[in-house]
Amino acid sequence: MSVATCPGCVAHPEEKAAQIANAIGRRLIFSLPGVHCAGCIGKVERGVSELSGVLEARLNLSQKRLYVDADPNLSDLIINRLASFGYTAHGLDQDILQKGRDPAGRALLLRLAVAGFAMMNVMLLSVSVWAGAEGETRNFLHWVSAFIALPTVAFTATPFFTSGMAALRHARLNMDVPISLAIVLATVMSLFETWAGGEDAYFDAALSLTFFLLLGRYLNHRTRMAARSAALELAALETKTALRKGRTLETVPIENLVPGDVVLVQPGMAVPVDGTVHKGSSDLNKSLLTGESLPEAVEPGAQVFSGTLNLTGPLEIRVTGDAGDSLLRQITELVSLAEAAKSRYTGLAERAAAIYAPMVHLVAFLTFVGWIWVTGDLRLSLNIAVAVLIITCPCALGLAVPAVMTAAVSRLFQAGALVKDGAAIERLAEVDAVVFDKTGTLTVGTPRLAPDTPDQTLITAAGLASGSAHPLSRAIAEAAQERGLGPSQIGSVKEHAGRGVEGTLDGRQIRLGRAQWLGINSSDTDSVQSWLQVGDADPVALNFVDPLRSDAADTIKTLQSSNLPVTMLTGDRMEVARPLAQKLGIERVDAGVLPEEKLNVVKDHSPRALMVGDGLNDAAAMSGAFVSIAPASAIDATRATADIILLGNSLNEIPRAIRLARQARRRILENFSIAALYNLVAIPLAIAGFASPLAAAIAMSSSSIIVSLNALRLMRSQA
Amino acid sequence: MTAMLYLVPISLILGGIGLAAFFWTVRNDQYDDAKGNSMRVLDDEYDDHPKQ
Repeated sequence: MSVATCPGCVAHPEEKAAQIANAIGRRLIFSLPGVHCAGCIGKVERGVSELSGVLEARLNLSQKRLYVDADPNLSDLIINRLASFGYTAHGLDQDILQKGRDPAGRALLLRLAVAGFAMMNVMLLSVSVWAGAEGETRNFLHWVSAFIALPTVAFTATPFFTSGMAALRHARLNMDVPISLAIVLATVMSLFETWAGGEDAYFDAALSLTFFLLLGRYLNHRTRMAARSAALELAALETKTALRKGRTLETVPIENLVPGDVVLVQPGMAVPVDGTVHKGSSDLNKSLLTGESLPEAVEPGAQVFSGTLNLTGPLEIRVTGDAGDSLLRQITELVSLAEAAKSRYTGLAERAAAIYAPMVHLVAFLTFVGWIWVTGDLRLSLNIAVAVLIITCPCALGLAVPAVMTAAVSRLFQAGALVKDGAAIERLAEVDAVVFDKTGTLTVGTPRLAPDTPDQTLITAAGLASGSAHPLSRAIAEAAQERGLGPSQIGSVKEHAGRGVEGTLDGRQIRLGRAQWLGINSSDTDSVQSWLQVGDADPVALNFVDPLRSDAADTIKTLQSSNLPVTMLTGDRMEVARPLAQKLGIERVDAGVLPEEKLNVVKDHSPRALMVGDGLNDAAAMSGAFVSIAPASAIDATRATADIILLGNSLNEIPRAIRLARQARRRILENFSIAALYNLVAIPLAIAGFASPLAAAIAMSSSSIIVSLNALRLMRSQA
Repeated sequence: MTAMLYLVPISLILGGIGLAAFFWTVRNDQYDDAKGNSMRVLDDEYDDHPKQ
């Protein structure tokens, strides 16, 4: 325990810690995608620790998570505090993250450490042998090596043994069969040579084989775990509660709701479950489900879906459970269908292994037979066959893919793209067409007021709109603020959910809302409109547009210039989509496409298409597409299906990710060539019997190191 | 030659201590946030001891 230097500090933290730990026994975890620098650490930790009731806050910059020891009720307070510093934070469900703990990775790391330790020691002893130790000295050094190597091989190489055995049991060959064979034979042969007082022992080779291959395995595992923890993080984000209305209002997790329950959804809250409106009327923002940026008015009896956002009035919703016709359910089914139909992608490493593993066995076996036939010396032939197995053992091959993948995934993460599946990088490199969803992906997804609105109209409308959460009202208020216009003071403002807002100005009644509410027939217009009526005057239309993302045009131009045809895919009408596409320079537009058709359209376009989308209506197309990307603003279900998530919400990352993926693929192929070249030189020497333990050690280490360095070049890539 | 009889065990023991230390760091979660730790080093607040 530290000695307190001032009276004020005495004993206080420990006491507080014990109290809080007793009270809660768990920590709060938040996801902070925005943290990136040393300054963030201090700011976040200091800021959160200052809150009363918070014992300790620790930011993990690698995971971009904040761990807080505090009362769980402080969760919202902490999120607000972080928001005031400019960081978006989401609470994460600790129980789900618990599942993400990684004992397998830790076990691999320990094996790697033991193998590395033993390898270095045995290598030192071997150097003495190579330096010319003879007779008793050499035998002693061999025995010490054997003493280190035997337990090490037994402990560290088990992952290869178990995997190789499993493959053999199913009468198949995988990469682990030649690996296990090489390790075991090298150890056994060396032990025999040591016992017989022979000249050559391959303990160092057996250990460095194990070490390099474990390294590849560990890197591979880390990439997969990073992907899994990203998926878990998304799942942890999804935990939702609902306000159930019984005799009293209570907050319950949504999985505890049963059909027939009534839940209260306040304006600004997301609808937690599928159901029908029991009481109240409001506007729902369904953009995440349908891609439609305009809210829909709902009345009692209307069906509502989870994932929609309640905007204007409180709603009571009767839970219908999993009604078969629920939109969410339909789309979930489409997603699983698309997933099942998707042909499994065979990665480069698997393809290489399928050719390589049988070849290694064949070469080693033929060497053995050949030497027996020529010399008739069993011991010599076996020694040379083992040397061939060691030399051909796919050290560089085992590192070639994982090292590149690790470098590429971490490079992409730095650039703001989260890769959920390592193989997605290989697929992304092969993409030959890009399909964009329109609403929310190419466009911002929230309506903005068209610039042609007169100032006077805007001032009046802004007065009415300022109190409303409706996206059109917000757009009006924002437009007024941007033009520097103060809204008029409107008296007795009243919001009619699903219709509009009314109030009084200078004794006249003014109304802002839908055309039907103001008695106008305006169904023949393309653009989104809201109408303003002052007194008895004719209503004036306010037009809205869904503006393009600022980086959309750039991104598309970059993609097209690298020979990737771009398509716009939307559920919207052609008249709306066409002008936007022209502005962006997109030639092919598929408009009016239903969610269930989207997948086929994408597949028609190209079997190797990249799909970029954000809505639930894109989810099926994304899971069926060759590879898919979602912006961070996408709905949970879509982020769950996407292979890559853009944390920074910037489309510019897409061409960048494709370039990086292509570089990664090139590096992998280069690594394969290096490994092949190495084999081409080394195998004939080994067959000829020139592969001494020294030569094997040098060849193996140098090829592994070259392959790793080549992979690391990706980290410095500017793509 | 006789020197090796005690030098080899000594070097193995020294190496073994290093290995044990590494085991300890793994079990202590010291590799969980390599990126953050590399930056914490530069933060004045951590000069003396971790803040309570």
